[in-house]
Amino acid sequence: MRVGLFIPCYVDAVFPKVGDACFRLLRHLGVDVTYPKGQTCCGQPMANAGFAKDSALLAKRYDDMFKGFDYVVAPSVSCTAFIRLQYPHIMKESGHECHIARKTMDMVEFLHDVLKVDRTLGRFPHKVSLHNSCHGARELNLSAPSEKMEPRFNKIKDLLALVSDIEVVEPERYDECCGFGGMFSIEELAVSKQMGERKLARHAATGAKFITGADCSCLMHMAGINAKEGKFPEIEFRHVIEILAEGL
Amino acid sequence: MSTSHSKAAKKFLENQGYADWHDNTFWGLRVKRDKMAFSVPEWEQLRTKASEIKRHTLMNIDIYLQKFADAAEKNGVTVHWAKDATEFNEIVYQILKDNNARKMVKSKSMLTEECGMNEYLEERGMEIVETDLGERILQLAHQRPSHIVVPATHLTHDDVGELFEKELHSKKGDHDPTYLTHVARLSLRDEFLTADAGMTGANFGIAETGDIVVCTNEGNADMSTSIPKLQIAAIGLEKIIPDYECLSVFIRLLARSATGQPSTTYTSHFRKPRPGGKMHIVIVDNGRSKWLADEKHWETLKCMRCGACMNTCPVYRWSGGYSYSFFIPGPLGINLGMLHDEKRYSGNVSACTLCLSCQCVCPVKINLGEQIYEWRQQLDSIGEANPQKKMMCKGMNLVLDNKGMYNAATASAHLLNYLPSFVINNGLNPWAYAHKMMKFPKQPFHKEFKGKDESDK
Repeated sequence: MRVGLFIPCYVDAVFPKVGDACFRLLRHLGVDVTYPKGQTCCGQPMANAGFAKDSALLAKRYDDMFKGFDYVVAPSVSCTAFIRLQYPHIMKESGHECHIARKTMDMVEFLHDVLKVDRTLGRFPHKVSLHNSCHGARELNLSAPSEKMEPRFNKIKDLLALVSDIEVVEPERYDECCGFGGMFSIEELAVSKQMGERKLARHAATGAKFITGADCSCLMHMAGINAKEGKFPEIEFRHVIEILAEGL
Repeated sequence: MSTSHSKAAKKFLENQGYADWHDNTFWGLRVKRDKMAFSVPEWEQLRTKASEIKRHTLMNIDIYLQKFADAAEKNGVTVHWAKDATEFNEIVYQILKDNNARKMVKSKSMLTEECGMNEYLEERGMEIVETDLGERILQLAHQRPSHIVVPATHLTHDDVGELFEKELHSKKGDHDPTYLTHVARLSLRDEFLTADAGMTGANFGIAETGDIVVCTNEGNADMSTSIPKLQIAAIGLEKIIPDYECLSVFIRLLARSATGQPSTTYTSHFRKPRPGGKMHIVIVDNGRSKWLADEKHWETLKCMRCGACMNTCPVYRWSGGYSYSFFIPGPLGINLGMLHDEKRYSGNVSACTLCLSCQCVCPVKINLGEQIYEWRQQLDSIGEANPQKKMMCKGMNLVLDNKGMYNAATASAHLLNYLPSFVINNGLNPWAYAHKMMKFPKQPFHKEFKGKDESDK
């Protein structure tokens, strides 16, 4: 099984540690993982802003780059969801067939559903508040969406249970949007800020010292607000893969 | 890069106390909905069934409309067809004139709101009295609905108390909700008794029987139709469903989704004119038949107007109904507005984080969020794309599609301007409005990674 690692643009530029954690964890688990050179962006920021057509070239480049792999994994649920759900349409409109979209998985999905990891991972002796990102819950099924009448499950929680000494809690309104939304955070400044502040406060109310999730962009949004307003200076942000790879 | 919605939302959020109250009030409806939905084990199957019935009916709407009209005529009802709002208003006016009616009581109808019927009739000397309590409050306050199910919920008890002191001569300073409801009742009773005509909207039209089904909590539809001898029902053509078996699916979903009640207090069925009376049904198109042919957006027509998408929408909760330029707010309103007039209402399309909660609560499974995404794709072709945003996207695309440029960009903080806008690191960036600019690590991941093998082999 050959696995390609996709590190989306903003993770590459702002959160290199997350990329590193992905690579380390996959190798630790014995996965034949490759990080192909020349990666950039999936095109989601432009598409959500209304310029999906402009993503066609990025989609083609991505498809060519990862064609030979059995799986492509990425530490960002919204990028993954965009690739899996939108690439086939975008590429079809520009006359290409998309090969790799359905093989693209979020890291959490891959660890949980494909590798079915059940061995004990590292140790993280802290109380952690789990951020269930919208596209994880409602597009990739990482957790049961709170709106749906179906059995409750949470793949992120399942994985965090493999970490020693961790205490995982969830905030009130546990999968309500944090207000990031890509271009939304630029176009709807006031609402985006308001949602982020309230979400952050609900996480803080759990008493957790860390906020974790499967999408760096939500964490980036809340961390940026927290850094500016300084209300919860004790709180730190970690991508879930960083916690899983802690000490490995 | 602000839009009409974002500007109005910013203003709404200036009063933080009110904004918090607004958010909590509508989140409260979502919580009640969850409780009710989760008490029905087959909830998700019901949603699927409801969605399929709507799809089937809409795809065969010509057949069902004819069936409905035939059945209604057989029941002694006069059926009218209105191609647009103007025709609808003219038909209602004509019916009233033909029957020497001057005063009409009406129960809630979003369709008459859509067509601007009240204003049209009032300009021609008719007196129109809204009898749904929320709608009555708004009529007295000269406001429009801020929500489709609970239209006056943006007002507090004190707002209503002061309004009633002025308009209905209630006791000064007594803003107790029970008392205020009593005052409204007494005043409405007079209106019911002296009306010449009664109008209802329609939650459902049953093709098999020609029945109009109206769901209310106040019984005002029944009062409106059981005192005046002349009854008019206004129905959008998408509200037709095949039969009573189908109705049973929708009735289980509607009130649970809307207000978290197992059912509305009244589910009223109107089949034929009362003895000595007359009944008219006006079926309205007003764009609907055109939307039906829209491959990307026809699903909006499945809507049965429960309002659940608004209650769960965080953007609606944090910006209020009036921040949307279309008369229906929230995810549904964004989509309906664009169907009605894509240039006029494009300023609402920004009001969505694409969190997709709306389509997960929707009892008929409309892909509301996905449609908003689609509308964003269409803005450029109708000339409504924000030029700044467009340039940003083109710029991003240029860099992101070019490996050399991308590597150069991520290597220097200066060129980071070409990353997705929310990662730009300068003080002029709108991102700085809410966020502290992030500290960039010395090396992006792809640079850091250069030292290691590309593969573990």
